[in-house]
Amino acid sequence: MQSRSNLVPVFLSLAAVMFAVSPFLIDAAPYEATMGLVQRIFYYHVPSAMVMFASAFVCGIASVVYLVKRSSTADAVALAAAELVVVFGLIVLVTGPLWGIKAWGVWWQWDARLTSSLVLWLIFVSYLLLRRFAGAGSEMLAAAVGVFGMANVPFVYWSVNVWRTIHPTTNVVKSLPPEMGLPFYWCAGAFACLYVGVLLTRLRLEESRMALEAAYAEVED
Amino acid sequence: MGFLGTVWTIARKDLVVEARSRELAYTTLFFAVSVVLVFSFSFVVDGAPLTDAAAGILWVGIAFSGTLALGRTFERERQADTLKALLLSPVERPAIYLGKLVGVLLLMLGVELFVVPIIGLLFQAPVTRAPWLLAGLLAAGTVGFAAVGTLFAAMLMRAHSRDVLLPVLLYPITVPLVIAGVRGTASIFAVEPNLAVAQAWLSMLVFFDAVFLTLALWVFGPVMNE
Repeated sequence: MQSRSNLVPVFLSLAAVMFAVSPFLIDAAPYEATMGLVQRIFYYHVPSAMVMFASAFVCGIASVVYLVKRSSTADAVALAAAELVVVFGLIVLVTGPLWGIKAWGVWWQWDARLTSSLVLWLIFVSYLLLRRFAGAGSEMLAAAVGVFGMANVPFVYWSVNVWRTIHPTTNVVKSLPPEMGLPFYWCAGAFACLYVGVLLTRLRLEESRMALEAAYAEVED
Repeated sequence: MGFLGTVWTIARKDLVVEARSRELAYTTLFFAVSVVLVFSFSFVVDGAPLTDAAAGILWVGIAFSGTLALGRTFERERQADTLKALLLSPVERPAIYLGKLVGVLLLMLGVELFVVPIIGLLFQAPVTRAPWLLAGLLAAGTVGFAAVGTLFAAMLMRAHSRDVLLPVLLYPITVPLVIAGVRGTASIFAVEPNLAVAQAWLSMLVFFDAVFLTLALWVFGPVMNE
């Protein structure tokens, strides 16, 4: 646990430096021909979406581990990851419409990516609601929701994709010119560092809370 | 008694209880009909339904009334504290889950038997155009909805604010089912029907059912052991 805490400042300072540099890199990147300045939201929007989806899988896998092994660390990881899905999802859902109003002329389009991000976000909001309001024993129930939420990602993705598509596809990232690729991968790295740092901090907080609860229970017995 | 025997015993118990009071059948059916009525006010313009409205209303009706049925089935077990007895009995956990699932499923399918003709009647939907495909979509969609719903309703039984939490958990998870059900049904009901599309959605539904039934059977044990 101690060695894990030591990593927190490393990741957070790395993220801080990378975020501080990122505006200069983004500024140096070429203008996108049709969308111009507003296209630059892309450098924060897409990395946060990537982190959000990754976090959903972290939560799902931790939930599986908790269901099998009943380890309280796995439960704490699942909770921390679920909260971060909601936080990074909020960034995605705020920057997306800001971009959309300029690019498409409307705040919200029922297109594939937007809808599947919204659905995924809602699943994890419901996960947090369950943990907050279900009372004692909600860890087990939440683990079930975490597993189902993860298993649902491909289905949501596929069904929404077939239902509707106007959003640029994943090929965009691969086809980026190198001048745009550098700031993009830089920002992706910054968001990843931020994610790991915050996840570890939240994990430590949750473990301290559990230890405190256990200590209280011991005193009362 | 074998595994399937246990499943059937539990399902039959639910059906016998239901047959005596008919509470769930009546309330769920009338709730479904009133959902259809309420939605018709928004989706009928100048006396004619909007494109694809019938398919959407049908599936919203199924999802809403299904939630109601799920909540009530387990509320019944909770009031008499009978689920505890069920869990204490020397039966495998998956058998209990499947038994409850079969009970809910038969109830929901029974409601659909009434709601589909009503939709056909009120919205001029061609429900007899591809009857087997439509039945397949309804069955696969209902199995998926009930599979996830039975697990969640069961595990929420001892939780606070379970009435609100059941739909809050259930609807986001079942979004793929609703999309597949509505799009599949709409491509059957369309002026130019496209049955190949409906078949594609049906196979996605079957795949969803397989994945989520397996997961629910696996998760039900640990979740209900506490």
